[in-house]
Amino acid sequence: MKEQLLKIYHGFGLPRLIIAGFLLLLIIIAAGTDLSVPGLLSDALVRIGQNGIYVLAMVPSIQAGVGLNFGLPVGVICGIVGALVAMEFSMLGFGGFLVAVLIAIPLAVGAGFLYALLLNRVTGQEMMVGTYVGFSVVAGMCIFWLLAPFRNPAMIWPVGGQGLRTTLTLADTFGGVLNNFLAFEIFGLTVPTGLLLFYGLMLFLVWLFFKTKAGVAMEVVGRNPRFAAASGLSLNKYRTLGIIMSTVLAAIGYVTYAQSFGFVQLYNGPLMTAFPAVAGVLIGGASTREAKVRHAVLGVVLFQTLLTVAMPVTNQLIEGNISEIARVVVSNGMILYALTRATGGEQA
Amino acid sequence: MSVPVLEMKEISKSFYGTQVLKNVSLTVGKGEIHCLVGENGAGKSTLMNILFGMPVIINTGGFEGSIFINGEQMAFDSPRAAIDAGIGMVHQEFMLLPGFSVTENVKLNREVTKRNLFSAVFGKKMETLNRRQMAQDTRSALDRLGMSIDEWVPVAGLPVGYLQFVEIAREIDKENLQLLVLDEPTAVLTESEAEQFLGVIQRLARSGISILFITHRLDEVMAVADRITILKDGELVSSGPREDYTISQIAELMVGRKIDTQARKQRSSSPAKQEVVLEIRDLRVDMPGERLRGIDLDVYRGEILGIGGLAGHGKVGLANGIMGLYPSQGRVLYEGQEVPLNDTKAALRMGLAFVSEDRRGVGLVLEDTIANNIVLTSMQSQDKFLKPGLLKLKDERKIREHALESIEKFDIRCTGPEQIVRRLSGGNQQKVCLARAFTQEPKLLFVSEPTRGIDVGAKSRVLELIVQLNEMGVTVVFTSSELAELRSIADRIAIVYEGRLAGILPPDAPDVQYGLLMAGKSLEEVGAR
Repeated sequence: MKEQLLKIYHGFGLPRLIIAGFLLLLIIIAAGTDLSVPGLLSDALVRIGQNGIYVLAMVPSIQAGVGLNFGLPVGVICGIVGALVAMEFSMLGFGGFLVAVLIAIPLAVGAGFLYALLLNRVTGQEMMVGTYVGFSVVAGMCIFWLLAPFRNPAMIWPVGGQGLRTTLTLADTFGGVLNNFLAFEIFGLTVPTGLLLFYGLMLFLVWLFFKTKAGVAMEVVGRNPRFAAASGLSLNKYRTLGIIMSTVLAAIGYVTYAQSFGFVQLYNGPLMTAFPAVAGVLIGGASTREAKVRHAVLGVVLFQTLLTVAMPVTNQLIEGNISEIARVVVSNGMILYALTRATGGEQA
Repeated sequence: MSVPVLEMKEISKSFYGTQVLKNVSLTVGKGEIHCLVGENGAGKSTLMNILFGMPVIINTGGFEGSIFINGEQMAFDSPRAAIDAGIGMVHQEFMLLPGFSVTENVKLNREVTKRNLFSAVFGKKMETLNRRQMAQDTRSALDRLGMSIDEWVPVAGLPVGYLQFVEIAREIDKENLQLLVLDEPTAVLTESEAEQFLGVIQRLARSGISILFITHRLDEVMAVADRITILKDGELVSSGPREDYTISQIAELMVGRKIDTQARKQRSSSPAKQEVVLEIRDLRVDMPGERLRGIDLDVYRGEILGIGGLAGHGKVGLANGIMGLYPSQGRVLYEGQEVPLNDTKAALRMGLAFVSEDRRGVGLVLEDTIANNIVLTSMQSQDKFLKPGLLKLKDERKIREHALESIEKFDIRCTGPEQIVRRLSGGNQQKVCLARAFTQEPKLLFVSEPTRGIDVGAKSRVLELIVQLNEMGVTVVFTSSELAELRSIADRIAIVYEGRLAGILPPDAPDVQYGLLMAGKSLEEVGAR
């Protein structure tokens, strides 16, 4: 019995135990104030589904030995373009969502391939280079948003007839299609069934991939490139595949995020998307060299719940905007902590 | 004879319980060229590390015995102390700054300086370089070596041979230099450069500097040595003036060892040496430190072919090259079919398998389980252990069954197939490597240095396993630095010298022939059958 408990404890890891304990404490405090606990948890569920695919996108890149994908905006931009095209043609509901995803995927495959070409030339520096690729792509796309040939009056600036607005609403097209699909309420808790199902589907696909021959090969390339080469595997091929998968997941992740959030934010909107995702997967127990699907799930649940619950609770307790500061400290602190111990893994 | 410059008395040293030096004594007289010879692992470098007070010795519990310089007992606790006592060392790898001139390199950290205004205020570090004096000193050092190069030439563009001289110039420029240690200095030199180099050494010795010369080239030993000391397995086997030895004697003393006849007997049948299964023609492999410069070799079906030779001569380059791990050129035919070079996948598909000399770096995925390590290569190169279907899902049940079977067959001591390989002992890790290679059901297996860094019991078990695999019909090409090991299980032993085949000997050939082949003599000179 004791051994089993120890095993579970080691599998879970001390940092996650502390975070979970802290979370529980926050919820108990929230119950003591006039905040609605089911309301907070509903928000948490939405945010989990909304951010889950971003966090999941870290798994293939880490497993392929490229490390954390700080260049997540590369995929996010593809997702944005997909969403914009669907909006341009005023596609509604599920159709709009599907079209957005179907346009985003091939774009992400192409962008991911080019991104991989670059990363394969800077082996060992992928994370730093990726960070700047992410920033540069976002900046570069700012020009595109201004010049892009979109004509739908709901999307462009009212004056001048050209250039996309900074924030576009999805309310009239496919906002909330997943969230509202089969959604139900229980004890005041709203469950966004469709969103969670879609997230679950993505989890399953990634999990399944790592059971296949190619998935195993990718893992070997990530864990010991020299062994992989001696087994006749092409390192760059599997690194490229990992980066493309990560980019595609980021693109799908964006469309999912946007439909839940209800808006598409252009220009500097996607600038920081990588950081909460990185923090999420690391909080879940991944390291820069080892990440499992369960790390992504655990991480996004802990991190997003913490954020949703902590902010209103601290706002109740303390005057001022301390919660936002706490969020930044927690997410960036977690990234820093994990990067300093690249070998972490289970014990991180 | 006057007081010897260096006297090392009854030096013993062990690393973590393994004795690497046993009561070795060494005396170098003034102006004497003393040659220290021995195989890899005989203890030469450990002895030199002790002489230099290297941290690696201090940190592992020091050593027993005593060192006298000019009759005075010394205890060097750092290389600095040894240098202050007048000992200089020229390493095998050059320790020069390429962008600096010859003079700057020679005078590095010993610059001649002049006082100036700043130094008066800020101290010695701010003094101006006295470049003229530095150049003069360097010039005179170079002249003593008979070198005509300009003292301000940058080191970067100089030929390799010259770099060695610059290193020596740096050492002899130290005024108190009494003893110069040269660690295999001629290994990188061409023949004419080496000749010139030996001339310089003799000139230095005549000027009163004692020289301790470590080399594998027995010709050089005979050409320049005054005295010779031979080490083997950490023991001093013989020491005396050069006149007492012939090349053959040295070679024999260097490698002589009792052959493990027990392991030998286990080989039930010797293969019919007719059918060539692997034909290697002019194979060149660009593996750093183990370069092959064109080798021709035939491997017969069903045999164990041993590949021996000293470290750095290219013996491990052979398997690495054929398996496509390092860039190679030439022609390799396997059963009459061309093996595409630089293509690991193709080599694996043809039924070749490889157990790497770098067990932890190349041979294993340390963070993965035993089961995965055993099946990974076969799964990826031969599509084994996969469920039928388009997705090519891995078949966990089959993997586990096979792992359990291999653990049993190879006697891997572990808690189960799910154990992480990093936590296994070296011997058991090696068994996992062999199990992985065996899983590929190879027809030809390359095994490189399988006993490196594993304990004695595991060693003989690993050798037994190789013999067993061979008896199941696998042709084995077995590379090892330990000659005794090669002779215990191989049918023939090819010795590689400077990237080329020196010759092939039967395992029962006399020690002296092995010693001479490893030292660069040809088969004819050795007088082998």
